[in-house]
Amino acid sequence: MNASPGVRLAAAFVSVVIFIVFIAAWHAATQGTSAVQGMDPEYAKLMGITATSGKSPMPGPLDVGAKLWEHLKQPFYDKGPNDKGIGIQLGYSILRVLLGYLLAVLVAIPLGFLIGMSAVMSRALDPFIQVLKPISPLAWMPLALYTIKDSSLSAIFVIFICSVWPMLINTAFGVAAVRKEWLNVARTLEVGAIRRAFTIVLPAAAPTILTGMRISIGIAWLVIVAAEMLVGGTGIGYFVWNEWNNLSITNVIIAILVIGLVGMVLDQILARIARSVTFPE
Amino acid sequence: MEKFIAIEGITKRFPAPGGGTTTVFEDLWLSMARGEFTCVIGHSGCGKTTVLNILAGLDVPSEGAVIVDNKAIEGPSLDRAVIFQGHSLLPWRTVMGNVSYAVSSKWRRLSAKDVTEHAQQVIDLVGLTGAEHKHPSELSGGMKQRVGIARALSIEPKIMLMDEPFSALDALTRGTLQDEVRRICLTTGQTAFMITHDVDEAIYLSDRIVLMTNGPGAVIAEIVENPLPKDRKRTDFHKHPRYYGVRNHIIDFLVTRSKSFAAEQGATFDRRNVPVVRPSTSSSHDGDIDGLVTSINRQVRLLNTTKKMPRGKSLKERL
Ligand SMILES: Nc1ncnc2c1ncn2[C@@H]1O[C@H](COP(=O)(O)OP(=O)(O)OP(=O)(O)O)[C@@H](O)[C@H]1O
Ligand SMILES: [Mg+2]
Repeated sequence: MNASPGVRLAAAFVSVVIFIVFIAAWHAATQGTSAVQGMDPEYAKLMGITATSGKSPMPGPLDVGAKLWEHLKQPFYDKGPNDKGIGIQLGYSILRVLLGYLLAVLVAIPLGFLIGMSAVMSRALDPFIQVLKPISPLAWMPLALYTIKDSSLSAIFVIFICSVWPMLINTAFGVAAVRKEWLNVARTLEVGAIRRAFTIVLPAAAPTILTGMRISIGIAWLVIVAAEMLVGGTGIGYFVWNEWNNLSITNVIIAILVIGLVGMVLDQILARIARSVTFPE
Repeated sequence: MEKFIAIEGITKRFPAPGGGTTTVFEDLWLSMARGEFTCVIGHSGCGKTTVLNILAGLDVPSEGAVIVDNKAIEGPSLDRAVIFQGHSLLPWRTVMGNVSYAVSSKWRRLSAKDVTEHAQQVIDLVGLTGAEHKHPSELSGGMKQRVGIARALSIEPKIMLMDEPFSALDALTRGTLQDEVRRICLTTGQTAFMITHDVDEAIYLSDRIVLMTNGPGAVIAEIVENPLPKDRKRTDFHKHPRYYGVRNHIIDFLVTRSKSFAAEQGATFDRRNVPVVRPSTSSSHDGDIDGLVTSINRQVRLLNTTKKMPRGKSLKERL
């Protein structure tokens, strides 16, 4: 994916054009001039003044921009359980994702090694993995809430359960696919099992493992929003739901934007690590 | 003869694609003395690498056993270094990383500095000075092979098992490394087992040349004792009066007898006591001249085709 400078420049230009067109279209679409007619006055009152003043209830880019600036100026304020800065909410979500994810790493990678190195374990555990893997992580939620009895821990558990499978499967696959000739090098040098695992199997399987870890972090970030909508309390998912209940579409849009950006950053971090362990043959 | 390495009746079978098994080679017997340099020559697919892997302890024979220093081989050992046919370098490690991995595996308590120092010496020895920090993907085929050689030499083994170690090298580097390997083997009393397709290389390096027939069901047809003096030099060993006798004998085997051997010898062939031959010049003098001419012709043709030189009159015609 090494594009020439010319291609890169052209691509950047097209990106900027698309962005401007999108903002302009959005702006134009939310500039609505016709008065809203025939709206139930009760409902109009519920939707706020914008609904009756002829302006579209959908916020335009300027509204969102202004609100975003407000959030950025003060990301970490805390005014009680229903009014926390978006930074704090994001912090909660990221913390939960990282905890669940790290737990999954600690389980999936050693277990993946075991499965990858042992044909017996691979066959023995395969049916369990096949059944557990396709279960929606949110389906575990009630069970988690019932057994753990703590909404925050339950969210972490859900992150764990959804990110464990891609890592487990990729680790097992990467370990099983380590070239025999590399293992033979270690064997002729009488390298013990532990050292072999760290000096041959791990570096050889690392690119595959990192691919699994990258898939996992993506899924985990998708799932945390849904999980927090369910359990409530804190987190960016709860923030979205809460702002929907407050009918602040502006905040919902901001949250969507921020979720996308954080997801991208997480993915890029993993991509960078993946690049650092990839070796050309 | 004192048997340092003894291959005792090994057979290797692989499951055949359509069920059943194919026998790659059967009932091989061969022994090597300490400090002896043995080369194996045989056509592609006859099982040379498989034999070498069994000697290394990486593979097990379907039948038979290999005894080294009075003990049956039970697995790989640091006493037996392997130069693999496909380099087998670790692609995520640099040249230095690959060699020092071997060094630190052999001497576990060595400090990092001493490991690097020792590895550097061997890297210098194979002429890779300056390429220490390159990864295998940045090396030419010949450079990769030299890393493989350096890695094997670095652990100062008792036995060197080499699988076509010089095949990807240019003539000049090949010569230098052949000299180097020969020097190391002679000075350290290494026992060496080497697979090659290059007849001259076998004659220059080895004390004995093992000829294998074509697979499947390959056998050791005979063992050629090298009649050249031990103190031969690379620059003039091919001028020795007995050189063409050996060379022709081996080429003759490769061209015709390796195929027909099984049919000719049949069941009466004693695999346990393989004939040892010492090709002489006196018995087939005319054949030698003929062989010389065809070999020179072949080289002239090679020059003509590779260097795009105007095709000269064939030597035979001129004679
Ligand atoms: N794991 C395996 N399974 C099945 N057949 C195998 C296996 N390994 C080797 N063989 C077969 O055994 C035979 C000998 O293989 P080997 O690699 O020892 O040949 P070789 O003499 O080293 O050839 P070359 O000169 O081309 O390196 C071949 O016909 C090969 O197809
Ligand atoms: Mg081979």
